[in-house]
Amino acid sequence: MNITFHINGSSQTVAIADENTPLLWVVRDLLNLKGTKFGCGKAACGACTLHVDGEAVRSCSYAIKFAEGKHVTTIEGLGTKESPHPVQQAWIAEIVPQCGYCQPGFMMATAALLEKIPNPTDEDIDRNIINVCRCATYYRMRKAIHRAAELNAANVEPESENS
Amino acid sequence: MAKKRISRRKFLVRGGLGALGVLAVGTYAFRNPLRRSILEMANSIDLPYSGSGMEPMVWFEVTQENNILLHSPKVEMGQGTFTSLAQMAADELEVSLAQIQVVHATTATGSIDALSTGGSTSVSGLWQPLRELAATMREMIKGEAAKKMAIDSTNLQIENGIITAGDISMTYAEAVANVSEWEIPDTPTLKDIKEYKFVGKPLPRIDLEAKVFGDPIFGMDVEMPDMLYGAVVRPDKIGAAMASVDSTKAETMPGVVKVIQEDDFVGVVARSLLEAENAKEALEIEWNVSKDWQTAAIVEMLKVGNGNPMILQKKGGGVEDGEDTISLEFSSPIGAHAQLEPNGVVASVEGDKAIIKISTQVVGITRKEVADRLDLDVENVNVIPTYLGGGFGRRLHTPHAVQAAVMSKAVGRPVKYFFTRKEEFQHDMFRPPTHHMLKGKLTQEGTIDTIQHDFSSGGVAIGSVLLPSAAHAILGADIGAIRGGFCQYGAIPNIRTVTWHVDLPFATSWWRSLGLLANTFAWESFMDELAMKAGRNPVEFRLAHIQDDQAGARLKSVIKAAAERSGYHDTPQNGRAMGFAASTDAGTPCAQVVEVSIEGDEIKVHKVTCAMDPGIAVNPDQVRAQCEGAIIMGMSASLFEKMEVVDGSLTPTIYGPYEMALMRHAPKEIDVVLLQGIDKPGPVGEPPLGPIGAAIANAVFRLTGKRLTAMPLKLS
Repeated sequence: MNITFHINGSSQTVAIADENTPLLWVVRDLLNLKGTKFGCGKAACGACTLHVDGEAVRSCSYAIKFAEGKHVTTIEGLGTKESPHPVQQAWIAEIVPQCGYCQPGFMMATAALLEKIPNPTDEDIDRNIINVCRCATYYRMRKAIHRAAELNAANVEPESENS
Repeated sequence: MAKKRISRRKFLVRGGLGALGVLAVGTYAFRNPLRRSILEMANSIDLPYSGSGMEPMVWFEVTQENNILLHSPKVEMGQGTFTSLAQMAADELEVSLAQIQVVHATTATGSIDALSTGGSTSVSGLWQPLRELAATMREMIKGEAAKKMAIDSTNLQIENGIITAGDISMTYAEAVANVSEWEIPDTPTLKDIKEYKFVGKPLPRIDLEAKVFGDPIFGMDVEMPDMLYGAVVRPDKIGAAMASVDSTKAETMPGVVKVIQEDDFVGVVARSLLEAENAKEALEIEWNVSKDWQTAAIVEMLKVGNGNPMILQKKGGGVEDGEDTISLEFSSPIGAHAQLEPNGVVASVEGDKAIIKISTQVVGITRKEVADRLDLDVENVNVIPTYLGGGFGRRLHTPHAVQAAVMSKAVGRPVKYFFTRKEEFQHDMFRPPTHHMLKGKLTQEGTIDTIQHDFSSGGVAIGSVLLPSAAHAILGADIGAIRGGFCQYGAIPNIRTVTWHVDLPFATSWWRSLGLLANTFAWESFMDELAMKAGRNPVEFRLAHIQDDQAGARLKSVIKAAAERSGYHDTPQNGRAMGFAASTDAGTPCAQVVEVSIEGDEIKVHKVTCAMDPGIAVNPDQVRAQCEGAIIMGMSASLFEKMEVVDGSLTPTIYGPYEMALMRHAPKEIDVVLLQGIDKPGPVGEPPLGPIGAAIANAVFRLTGKRLTAMPLKLS
């Protein structure tokens, strides 16, 4: 069967034998976007987190059939080296990654959190950022999340002054 | 020798380890000079690099863009080694850091480490050889430039890879162009450390961008043209042996290319990952299981007195049991690596050649294993390491490369295969569980007269690919299990440490910091107990028992620094207590102070102050990052993590049920103080894992009066 959805801003149709194939493997193996990671296959670690219509989704447990017509964003679509997303800017500024494997999932979860809660408290972060990082970079991640919120606010403020 | 075992019954009747009877059967490790040197080395690792090639050209390549490719013999698994190596090389090569690109050396193109990436030895071990190689390479390039410019090389200046003499200049790339024969000069004198522009600076990781933008750098991301997917069957139960396999159904499953049956494994190759996994599930397999193991049986096996003993430290007399003997027992559970990237590999075998792309800490060993199994010349097996999605010691065993190579050969196409998360948890090479007995006696003045640590552990080094079981006969003690087992308080007049090795029915091996976490938990909890019994401040009590030598001076420095920086005090205030602990691992001393409160049943860690002396910090920011990560990983192991053996199976098999520290558990404040007590870099990646468990338990004791002696630490 064919499934059509938007991936990182462009429309894509994939032919798939099993409509229950996890979105993760469509993204990684059919679309060759390797930034979204496999960690556990049971939505327990968050390494595969991406956005579906702006919501953070654990794509290892999200059947491709549900993506029909939706907008999927992966780490490759969050920002680029030339034009990084504020979350990526903050991650670079705080030098967060160690092994780096889980980091795209954390950045996607953080970007989705900041859309809902632009200036999260530590408690908001504790409640919402529940992915697993074995290098345990949590200490720098928390700083990076606060920094990303500040960067977002700084980006928004000049506009509100102009309006 | 250590063949005579103490029966458990006899042990129980004795009520504990006596001074003479039990110890007498242990072989004294230090009597044999070979053992002594190996065991001392294990406790104070300062390994020089032992790689496969020491010619500068094998390490460095000059590109046409006038950049340098550094072929690293060590793999990057998050520890930041690539960045530190780049800093060291750039300073001696006289190029900017941006001009250096670090890549993994492959077995075909570069020098690969003869042993492994592990043991916190990458930067410390390469400190001297890499700088010498870089300086030599610089002189070689300079020599070629001098020839081309027809100028005496002593008149040349170099900056950012550009060689100048007056108004003439030449890039490194131009200097090395068309050179077919290199002269390797005597090793030049290295620069004074004060002259370095990059070494010692907290520069950003060189792999930062790749990791923030999701570049496909990991083993899991590798593809090869025309690639198929493999899956390998693994039993749920410990010790299960395959009795029979019926692959009739599996062979008809969609996408299946071949079912492969070998003496030691059964695998499936299919068009896609999911098809391979589905076909694997469809295999009908009968397993022979001789025994359904349970946690309780493992715990029983592990009790001190049951395994093979070996005396590690013997100074003065042992502890005689008496009314004034203070004793405590401690334990730690089976721990999983739980690294996020599952073990995986892509193998391509064509004719008499094999290409293996893999996340591994043992590049050279993996190459040999593949060559041996497929009967290929070692030179024809090219192992290409990728970035590791976490190592932590798990990837010191990567025999799945052999399975993938066998499957690739069978189907004539490249095969990619990786573990499911359940397989990762059930077939981990676990951190072994441990049991510790500590005994001590105080003098009337409140100092320690005698102290004794008996500890039992499953294998770490013994039985591993790096050190086969036969090594036990030579070494007597497990060089991994004993990490942190020694007494670091050399001023105590009477010291005994005895290690007991137990063979467990499932695989145990290297887990970041090896025995350090559990041994320090036991040692430093007991030191705290003795300090309390002596009515003394635990910081001052520790300082009073440290010997006067360089190691002692460095240990004292970190203890004082942690106490001062944290404002350590011994009395709980506003529901928070401080806990103190220190360790010396592989020569690097580290002291930590935690601030803890109790919320309901939860032990909450608010702040950790960490003082460590790693010698020269080549990249102080990454040394800090290692401390921060090790502290939280150590908290995770100390407070939450535990594998159980239930009805023959290791469990749990998924994150969540395998409880780990998450964002909400991470301390809001981690204050790292770095000291430099020696003039070279020392081990960094593991030492800061030592003190954290004991420091937390010691804080809990101050809040509750309860001495927690079992990891994971639970209040009820």
